Amino acid sequence: MNEFAGSQYVIEIVYLIASVLFILSLKWMSSPTTARHGVWAGEIGMVLAIAGTLLHHGIVDYKWILISLVLGTIIGVPLGRVQMTAVPQRTALSHAFGALCVTLVGTAEFYLRSPSVAPFMMAVLSMEVILGGLTFTGSLMAAGKLQEILPPRPLTYKGQNLVNFLLMGAAVVLAVWLVLHPEAKQLFPLMVLIALIFGVLLVIPIGGADMPTVISLLNSYAGLSAAAMGFVLNSKLLIIAGALDGSSGLILSIIMSKAMNRSFTNVLFGAFGQVQTAAAGGQEAKSVRSATAEEAAAILSAANKVVVVPGYGMAVAQAQHKVRELYDSLTKRGVDVRFAIHPVAGRMPGHMNVLLAEADIPYDRLMDMEEINGDFPQTDVALVIGANDVTNPAARNDASSPIYGMPILDVDKARTVMVIKRGMSPGFAGIDNPLYYLDRTLMLFGDAKSFVNNIVRELGGGH
Amino acid sequence: MGSLIDALFIFMLAAFIGFEVIRRVSPLLHTPLMSLTNALDAIAVVGAIVLVGEHKSTLSTVLGSIAVVAATSNVVGGFMITDRMLKMFKSSRPTKP
Repeated sequence: MNEFAGSQYVIEIVYLIASVLFILSLKWMSSPTTARHGVWAGEIGMVLAIAGTLLHHGIVDYKWILISLVLGTIIGVPLGRVQMTAVPQRTALSHAFGALCVTLVGTAEFYLRSPSVAPFMMAVLSMEVILGGLTFTGSLMAAGKLQEILPPRPLTYKGQNLVNFLLMGAAVVLAVWLVLHPEAKQLFPLMVLIALIFGVLLVIPIGGADMPTVISLLNSYAGLSAAAMGFVLNSKLLIIAGALDGSSGLILSIIMSKAMNRSFTNVLFGAFGQVQTAAAGGQEAKSVRSATAEEAAAILSAANKVVVVPGYGMAVAQAQHKVRELYDSLTKRGVDVRFAIHPVAGRMPGHMNVLLAEADIPYDRLMDMEEINGDFPQTDVALVIGANDVTNPAARNDASSPIYGMPILDVDKARTVMVIKRGMSPGFAGIDNPLYYLDRTLMLFGDAKSFVNNIVRELGGGH
Repeated sequence: MGSLIDALFIFMLAAFIGFEVIRRVSPLLHTPLMSLTNALDAIAVVGAIVLVGEHKSTLSTVLGSIAVVAATSNVVGGFMITDRMLKMFKSSRPTKP
């Protein structure tokens, strides 16, 4: 017992309360009606934990703590105010910040403890900085690609996987060496450097459409590295928060890889993102039927049930607010309008839902793939806006197609299919979509935003 | 060594709770979920705060300060954007009190 034991108990109790609040916070996220309570619970837990930490008896100087807290807040506020289309890159950036924090703390702890670091502690420290380091640079690369500062298309070269495996192997060998000989201080920065390079190389070969999986995976790594930091600092609160974040990222990665029809091991080893070159078969001229906005409006207003299938193209064209006008106009005419959201629509898990919610479309109209797929045969019109591969029936019935087996929205089962598209160019995977050549399909050629606007005008709902 | 084993138990239990709780989150809210877990994960700030405050070496203070800045920006930005997103999710059925 020392004189500070009292404050130490207070801190531990505060951390316990914060842990409970964090778990409740995630539990309340299960439904949109309680989700905002979740944010408040998280905020209270966080404020309690930070306030409790400031009581820590070891703290001798508050100046730099306060300066850093203020500086962090100044950086954090604009990051909390980005546009909804920019949320994926903001999320990637915050993974990078989280991982940076973990890596820096791990590095400082190593130099404080060196040269006498217990083997288990050294192993956890190595895991912390390796995971943290690769998540830091990997997330920065992902953010750069999403913001299109870096070329979003995959950069591949020969022997890429070999180089990555060798680098990872080198990092692990250094970690093992440090566990056995913790006095070999000079190896530590080398290990961190390798992790940083590995993060860059891991994300370079990944294209825009694979971003949902990558972001989820980096989320998981960020959580695991924070949990490792919890082991190093012997902080139960940090272990719990890291484990929650790590499992959340893992679940999302599994959902995303399933939706892209990639095995999870395939994703884990970074072999994803390799663009399958489409089997460019004989391009015999297949005929498509096209329609004008006037015809489309007439068909839509005569329908009972309409399902809109939005893809990332809709967000790129900034058409979501026009789509809301279309929704309003049709709903006023008594048409039942719903939205079918594929798990990988958008650039991160759930991104499309946020974009549609921002446009004031009620969330109970947003259906996920399992909910809506059985309803397509009873749907009068399926309106596809800016989505392509996730509607491709070849994934279901053409075993030679590169996307065969990928779960898709069964748009082709609707009575009439309308596709708003700029031209006949194939999607990101370069795969032709047989949906466009069906008898029941009408192609609406044009920019998503202006075409939807024209439909709305024809319906008499706009301007 | 005993405390490390304790820590492993805590990690295992928390990971299970995480799986069970997060499996129930609707795909509708996956984006706010990720920004929320990100903000919660930034609890790493407490470790960094102690590191800075203990002022054991110049290196640890400098690295710790940068770490506090990075984590705090995640806390503030993460909670802000999560709440902004969740505010936008409205039901078509009027449920206002």
